[in-house]
Amino acid sequence: MSFVSRGFRGRRREDADPARVPPGQYVTPDFPVLSAGPTPHTELADWSFTIRGAVDEERSWTWDEFRALPSETVTRDIHCVTKWSKLDTVWTGVSLDTLLGFVETDAGYVTAFSDGGYTTNLPVEDLRDGQAWVAYAYDEEELEPEHGGPARLLVPHLYFWKSAKWVRGLELRDEDQPGFWETYGYHNYGDPWREQRYWGD
Amino acid sequence: MGTVVDLVDETALTKSIVLELHEWQGHRAGQHVDVRLTAEDGYQAQRSYSIASAPGDDNLVLTVEGLDDGEVSPYLVHELRVGDSLELRGPIGGYFVWEESLGGPLFLVAGGSGVVPFRSMVRHHRAVESTVPLRLLYSARTLDEVIYRDELARLAASEEVDIRLTLTRGAPAGWDGYRRRIDRELLEEVSWSPQDRPLVYVCGPTGFVEIAASTLVGLGHEPARIRTERFGPTG
Repeated sequence: MSFVSRGFRGRRREDADPARVPPGQYVTPDFPVLSAGPTPHTELADWSFTIRGAVDEERSWTWDEFRALPSETVTRDIHCVTKWSKLDTVWTGVSLDTLLGFVETDAGYVTAFSDGGYTTNLPVEDLRDGQAWVAYAYDEEELEPEHGGPARLLVPHLYFWKSAKWVRGLELRDEDQPGFWETYGYHNYGDPWREQRYWGD
Repeated sequence: MGTVVDLVDETALTKSIVLELHEWQGHRAGQHVDVRLTAEDGYQAQRSYSIASAPGDDNLVLTVEGLDDGEVSPYLVHELRVGDSLELRGPIGGYFVWEESLGGPLFLVAGGSGVVPFRSMVRHHRAVESTVPLRLLYSARTLDEVIYRDELARLAASEEVDIRLTLTRGAPAGWDGYRRRIDRELLEEVSWSPQDRPLVYVCGPTGFVEIAASTLVGLGHEPARIRTERFGPTG
């Protein structure tokens, strides 16, 4: 460590376990919002969730059908590429293990797509084995639109832009295809523990 | 790595940091950088700040609002001195940018320090002598809190760009700008009509951006032509 910012001491948080905070992140009690465009407001009657692409048969659920699927409530730490982390956030939603169990696929990649045109790409294996959900409640309240409601993807082990807000479905792909932020300079995979923020990290 | 060559008090809370950079690939108007501070014991903190200078300007300028409970911004506003070094990474972000090829008409809507990336865009627009119509609507609480006040006043007096200010918590005597929060009526009056398909950029605190962007959508503007950048008080 050669460079020191003259006069900088920093304000370390005493109440956060450093082992839970990835490099370059700070813990906040707030829930900041970051989106590239206006917040979509889709009526629940018009909402559906679809799994399509490289699958044996496309599957789609209406809001009521989706809410009738088995759900889980999980507590996870989340990490935004803009440097904040929030610990012990509580989400309720449908596990991707449940959703992907409805289709047969050999595809290696997923593009999650959302109202408003947002997309993000992930390896399928990052969605399986209890690592990802489509969440419709935060802190046991319905998910607010500015935080991605009615439903958002939740993939807490990757930077939070991978947890697509306003998610409407997954497109399974045999080949990886960069999504929205991944096209605009952000890392293709986005592991906070390896600080994969931007291209070249 | 950059060296601080000047510090400019923009408002009571806001300072512009003028940097001479060693190795800089250049940026596009609207992009930001990550600033990383390192304490003697190796502890580090980093935050993102919008670039206030145009791509063709001699120096890189960051304008930072000091947040009372922040960690990085108080250091940048109160502790940093001319001659200090600052560790930067960037430029970052490829979406909230404007360049001539994107066209317009260009409608920029700023709340508070959300005006910073628009200073870069407006300066760039002038530097390349763009003929794209440009209109900036900037909401600040008081005239004392208007960042780049003199520069904006000069631009407002020119024919090339259209600069409109609104003050939400009181205006001085003789004020001829707007005096209210950004709402449907004001946006309808100031914006181009949806038929003109303006390219809209909105930047400011989350609540401000939510209201401005959703109101514009309600007025009939295409969501895909509205680009937003939100910031919360994250330090």
